[in-house]
Amino acid sequence: MKFIDIKNCYKVYKNGVTAIADLTLSIDKGEFVFVTGASGCGKSTFVKLLYREEKPTKGQVWVGGINVAKLYNSRVYKLRRKLGIVFQDFKLLPKLTVYENVSFGLENTGMKQKEIKPLVLKALERVGLKEKIRSFPNQLSGGEQQRVCIARAIVNDPKVLICDEPTGNLDPKTSKEIMKVIANINKEMGTTVITVTHDKEIVNSLKKRVITLDNGVLANDTMKGKYTADESN
Amino acid sequence: MKAIRIFFRNVGSALKSISRNLSLSMASIICTSITLLIVGIAFVLSANINGFTKDLESSLAIFVYVDKDATEEEIEAVKSKLLEIKNIKSDQIIYKSKAQLKDETLSNTDKNSALYTIVNSWTEENNPLKPEYLISVKEIEELASTAETIRKINKVDSVQYSEDVVDNMIPVFNVVEKVTWIIIIGLIVVTIFLICNTIRLTIFARKSEIEIMRLVGISNFVIKLPFVIEGLFLGLIGAIVPVTTIILGYIIAYDKMDHHLFTNLITMIEPMPFVIYVSLILVALGAVIGMIGSYGTVRKYLKI
Repeated sequence: MKFIDIKNCYKVYKNGVTAIADLTLSIDKGEFVFVTGASGCGKSTFVKLLYREEKPTKGQVWVGGINVAKLYNSRVYKLRRKLGIVFQDFKLLPKLTVYENVSFGLENTGMKQKEIKPLVLKALERVGLKEKIRSFPNQLSGGEQQRVCIARAIVNDPKVLICDEPTGNLDPKTSKEIMKVIANINKEMGTTVITVTHDKEIVNSLKKRVITLDNGVLANDTMKGKYTADESN
Repeated sequence: MKAIRIFFRNVGSALKSISRNLSLSMASIICTSITLLIVGIAFVLSANINGFTKDLESSLAIFVYVDKDATEEEIEAVKSKLLEIKNIKSDQIIYKSKAQLKDETLSNTDKNSALYTIVNSWTEENNPLKPEYLISVKEIEELASTAETIRKINKVDSVQYSEDVVDNMIPVFNVVEKVTWIIIIGLIVVTIFLICNTIRLTIFARKSEIEIMRLVGISNFVIKLPFVIEGLFLGLIGAIVPVTTIILGYIIAYDKMDHHLFTNLITMIEPMPFVIYVSLILVALGAVIGMIGSYGTVRKYLKI
């Protein structure tokens, strides 16, 4: 079994919309994968299935040996501790400093401060924000806020880094910088990276595996692929 | 150690939340205080009146008069029949013979009175007093029916008990007790509702924080904990005023009212350790109300 294994997966929402249909694919440990497709093609639902924000209607979703489809609500946190999640809108807590935002998760697991500190500093160093640990989110640029979000996602050394449109709110130059940070994490830490994006230029420049979804169906899956999604949809 | 660290982190977070939503927290605290104060007063009154009714009940006895011509065997047979009645306390049957009753009457009468002379002149044969059994019952509510059963026993001449007390006072006390408890339960429900509301607003205020907690893999228990602790604190803080009032109020009332409640018939329970027990009950009740209110809301609105 591969690290991420999806077999004949369907996701039909209560309003009748089929977001994912008969999806079968697998992702190896340490892979870097782009998930692309037109708006509403099921990209976000796909990643939500991976971190169990949504449950598949039918089929199997395995992540790091956990059957996500059969995971009880009370056990979801165990899956999420193996994952790091990065969002388009950063989801930082405005009243906490950069350091506190990154340490937030670890503190709530009951870890000691002296164990937390080196992990947080290392994560912030990796994203190039070590000098701004005392800043608050509103004192940072969009790119810097996304770096904080990435640092928070990698602080507990996750097996998989899921990035849902990480450059969606950023200008092209900053987007490139952010993708460089994410690519380095994949290379240096061996973390499996799954990035949902619309950014054709980024996908084409990095030459990684590209999974394209079309109306919830797997339309294309190529190694060292290019952006092929039809944006007209 | 891990659990202790998580607990203390959440205690801080709960206190912060109370101070952030101060006006709503105060509404919950005041409502809890009023409820607990009324519960406390009701409890103190009920405990004192209960003590009185228990005394009253234990003093309520049935006098069973046996035919004055009954033989020793017949008197003994009456006792056997009495022992067969379930509501009678079998170890509390007191028998007084005609001779014993005569002696008792003499000892309670002035030796120079005419009555003394008359009673003293009674012999074994012409003693008009009837031998009697003095019995106590287990369930005071069944006193009348028990008396009726006794009346039917062979050689029982008559049965007497304080019908006024049983028919009038005890039902009144029962109604007062029931009404008090209905009011208390109603107030507890209102307080739980208010605490639910406070916690619900806290959850909405911290929605993004909760979302991030869930995404970074924090267990549901740890996410829920600060809200339950907040409810616990609201209940405990709400107990401060009623506990102080009950302790001081009862001690002062005990002195000022000369150890009697409303009437000389009801002797008040000694303040120590009574007020301590009442206070502990109020604190526990405050904590339980707070936790039930917050846990219910957390379950409803967090859906995790």
